[in-house]
Amino acid sequence: MRKVYMDHSATTPVDPEVASLMMTYYTEKYGNPSSIHSFGQEAREALEKAREQVAGFIGAQPAEITFTSGGTEADNLAVLGAAEAYRKKGKHLITTAVEHHAVLETFEFLAKNGFELTILPVDEYGLLSVEEVRKAIRPDTILLSVMQANNEVGTIQPIAEIGKLAKERGVLFHVDAVQSLGKIPVNVDDLNVDMLTISSHKIYGPKGVGALYVRKGIRLIPLVHGGGQEKKRRSGTENTPGIIGFGKACELAQARMEEEAERLTELRDRLLDGILERIDYVKVNGPRGARRLPNNVNVSIQFVEGESLLLSLDMVGIAASSGSACTSGSLDPSHVLLAMGLPHEIAHGSLRFSLGRQNTEEDVDYVLEQLPKIVERLRQMSPLFDQMQREAGAK
Amino acid sequence: MYTEKVMDHFTNPRNVGEIPDADGVGEVGNPKCGDIMRIYLDIEGDIIKDVKFKTFGCGAAVATSSMVTEMVKGKTIPEALDISNAAVAEALGGLPPNKLHCSNLAADALHAAIKDYYDKQEKAKG
Repeated sequence: MRKVYMDHSATTPVDPEVASLMMTYYTEKYGNPSSIHSFGQEAREALEKAREQVAGFIGAQPAEITFTSGGTEADNLAVLGAAEAYRKKGKHLITTAVEHHAVLETFEFLAKNGFELTILPVDEYGLLSVEEVRKAIRPDTILLSVMQANNEVGTIQPIAEIGKLAKERGVLFHVDAVQSLGKIPVNVDDLNVDMLTISSHKIYGPKGVGALYVRKGIRLIPLVHGGGQEKKRRSGTENTPGIIGFGKACELAQARMEEEAERLTELRDRLLDGILERIDYVKVNGPRGARRLPNNVNVSIQFVEGESLLLSLDMVGIAASSGSACTSGSLDPSHVLLAMGLPHEIAHGSLRFSLGRQNTEEDVDYVLEQLPKIVERLRQMSPLFDQMQREAGAK
Repeated sequence: MYTEKVMDHFTNPRNVGEIPDADGVGEVGNPKCGDIMRIYLDIEGDIIKDVKFKTFGCGAAVATSSMVTEMVKGKTIPEALDISNAAVAEALGGLPPNKLHCSNLAADALHAAIKDYYDKQEKAKG
């Protein structure tokens, strides 16, 4: 059976070049970078090279990069660390309704512990307006966090403009760039950001590694205390092989990004247009065109439920994801789709395909061949489809 | 995540469809929570002669609907009323814990259909 992996926003395979480089640092050059001897020093050297590679990819100075265990920890370090460091200055925090849980839940935690939180709404495309941000900023606002691109619907936010505004008003600006890195340009100066979260396993690097960019001069209270690694921002022996893999993954992504983005955009539109052509009662979630990540397709297929779609797709070898409640482990469907104003029943039928390096035109065509059959089968089972047809018939 | 039996009933659901002029129709769930099950019964005397279902929902919702129709066909009404959601889940070799509540309503839909049958009988008697 053909296997088509279209869930790259969940995770990506490790690039073979990255994996083989990492292996050396597991089995041969395994020293602790804090050690004085040659074993330690060769690891230190490689670690600092990786820091340069990561910094270089986002236009930062190496000293501004703190390695973490992943995107979630980097988000936590930014939000908790900055709120704690600047709490004397104010207690008001701002974020958006469509952030990743790593950001939203961290802010909610602070809101329960003495801070005031404003959660900004988005429009039907998942887009935040700069005007909303302007209105929300108060004299005691200390931190604003907005993701660069949404993980579910691929909406790209006007980060540079928001960053300019935050700078003018003296508010710290954190950006979660986990989904945008490697797909669209991410430059900390162009975007006017103070802190930026990135993750390795979304760009063909290993899992368990991420980084937080922190602009020089910004204070953060660490989450993890101990031996004082990462300039005391993140104690614990560095995950050297992982970090080195992340560095290499950044170097490869940087070299390939422009060409790959163009290729993925074509595949994305082929898939999206193909679905709309072949299946009735489909709603595109998120914007079309340049405001959407090059690799994201998200549609709601009415009268069917997301998990059923995923199971059926999986049986023909296609891996995708859904914002249905059944796949989130909660009773509510995706908070992102609800924030965009989708009714629950439409959000339950959402389907995300996130494309990546291995995907080809043939893969897209295979999905376009299989998906309509699956939808037809599930709709024949669906009392909602019946009802709609009867109502349409009555008219 | 799902047992083989669940996947079998999801992939090849038994008794999908509807019964025109059914003796009893039961529906549970709502689109908001992501599961709707509708069960149609054809009853002769005390016996469930035929049963069909339509379901909008996840794999567990489809599989439990299919399973309950298989369990109930040819049974008497009292026997059908004895079938519980838990018994349906058990017949499928179990369901993941998070599915036991939200998507395991097939027996409720069956019972609703039997109630509808009784209500219609009452009405007919006038």
